Amino acid sequence: MIANGNTLLDEVSLQVPAGNIVTVVGPNGAGKTTLLKAVLGLVQPQAGTVWRRPGLRVGYVPQRLSIDPSLPLTVRRFLALALRRGGDGEVAAALAGVRAAHVLDRQVHDISGGELQRVMLARAALRRPDLLVLDEPVGNVDMVGQAELYAAIAKLRDDTGCGVLMVSHDLHLVMAATDQVICLNHHVCCAGTPQAVSRDPAYAALFGTPAAANLAVYAHHHDHRHGPDGCVANERDQRHG
Amino acid sequence: MDEFLLRALLAGLGVAIVAGPLGCFVVWRRMAYFGDTLAHSALLGVGLGLALDVGATAGIVIACGAIAAVLAAMHRPRRFTADTVLGILSHSALAIGLVGLAFMTDLRLDLMAYLFGDILAVGPDDLWWIWGGGGGVLLGLVPLWRPLLHMTVNEELAAVEGEPVMLARLGLMLLLALVVAVAMKIVGALLITALLIIPAATARAFARTPETMAVLAALAGALAVFAGLGGSFAYDTPSGPSIVVAAAALFVLSLAAKAVRR
Repeated sequence: MIANGNTLLDEVSLQVPAGNIVTVVGPNGAGKTTLLKAVLGLVQPQAGTVWRRPGLRVGYVPQRLSIDPSLPLTVRRFLALALRRGGDGEVAAALAGVRAAHVLDRQVHDISGGELQRVMLARAALRRPDLLVLDEPVGNVDMVGQAELYAAIAKLRDDTGCGVLMVSHDLHLVMAATDQVICLNHHVCCAGTPQAVSRDPAYAALFGTPAAANLAVYAHHHDHRHGPDGCVANERDQRHG
Repeated sequence: MDEFLLRALLAGLGVAIVAGPLGCFVVWRRMAYFGDTLAHSALLGVGLGLALDVGATAGIVIACGAIAAVLAAMHRPRRFTADTVLGILSHSALAIGLVGLAFMTDLRLDLMAYLFGDILAVGPDDLWWIWGGGGGVLLGLVPLWRPLLHMTVNEELAAVEGEPVMLARLGLMLLLALVVAVAMKIVGALLITALLIIPAATARAFARTPETMAVLAALAGALAVFAGLGGSFAYDTPSGPSIVVAAAALFVLSLAAKAVRR
């Protein structure tokens, strides 16, 4: 994937099996959102392919929603837009599923950031997706709210058996609910179960040690090289923070 | 009532009813500058229509339609913001139109009427254009309403969920081009955007759904036409600007009403 002459993504390969949660982590500018957009078909890669099962229904939760304040829109209407034909009961049930039933008739501009995130999740769920794609679903949400939101995503997966592909900036919060982690920095630095990835030197190189990650230090060091198979060739313990 | 005044009223109402819903999208999608660009290129269309001998209105439809299609197809500019690009296009189109018309020395043409409208000179032909064209625009908007609303909320979400994003965007721009052509006679190239934006902004204070805002915008526009034409008749002021002054006054009133209700 190349944009403005910069290679954003190179030799990235991943698959999202039904019923699995795959989380992409990586520093800012690593190409996480671009990867999601390629999966969604919003951008076309110059090389490589994206295979979607024929008839795949996709639910998408974008990173943010900037609805112009001049547009009057109730949460009910916002959710109904996701359905071809209205099912008012479905809309209310989906909201209740993310514990946001109380905002049904509020204006989308009047609800909090955390409520909006839950509303967007409910909206994606309304489409009964086979694949749920979420871009930083917990931005603007406090810590308690983040855990709740991840629990809601995991519950949705358990209830519907859909595959989930999401981007997160913090592996530790999503560890419990993730089957596979892909650590991305323009290429796949490492991949595997959350436990394996968190112990991987390439992950440590990107994020520092777990303690440093909790301090939200996302500085990226470019001083590791990759061998022909993509693994880190010269491992050095990268500690910063 | 004088027949010409009745025609003026019918023409103004026709334009207001169409400009209301379309203007809402201009406001929601932050396309004010886009509206200006279309309106200003209408003057190019006048020259084109006269040069090709197809009439000014047809020329405007052709020129604005072409500009709308080009803008719809244009990708996001890299070096300049959309603001700058539209600013360049808008004022260049206006200037080129003025210069081009000046070259047609054999034509005696009331430039002021094209710039600020001449609603009192509306003839039966114009009425046909306004109500026929306006009805066509509203009919065209019906199937586009839902995808456009969806795109206004979030374009990528709409694309992922299967809305025909490109088609709807092109459709909206072509409909706007038609509205410009239709509204030219009423308020002129320089004030068309006002008729799109001000009634829609006025309606915002009282609307809780997109549809009520569209209907209220049409009503606010119609009210502005009534008040503006009445004022124009009573005080002998230019009709197009008078309508816009009335619309602006309504907008201020709507702000006050909103403040009082709080």
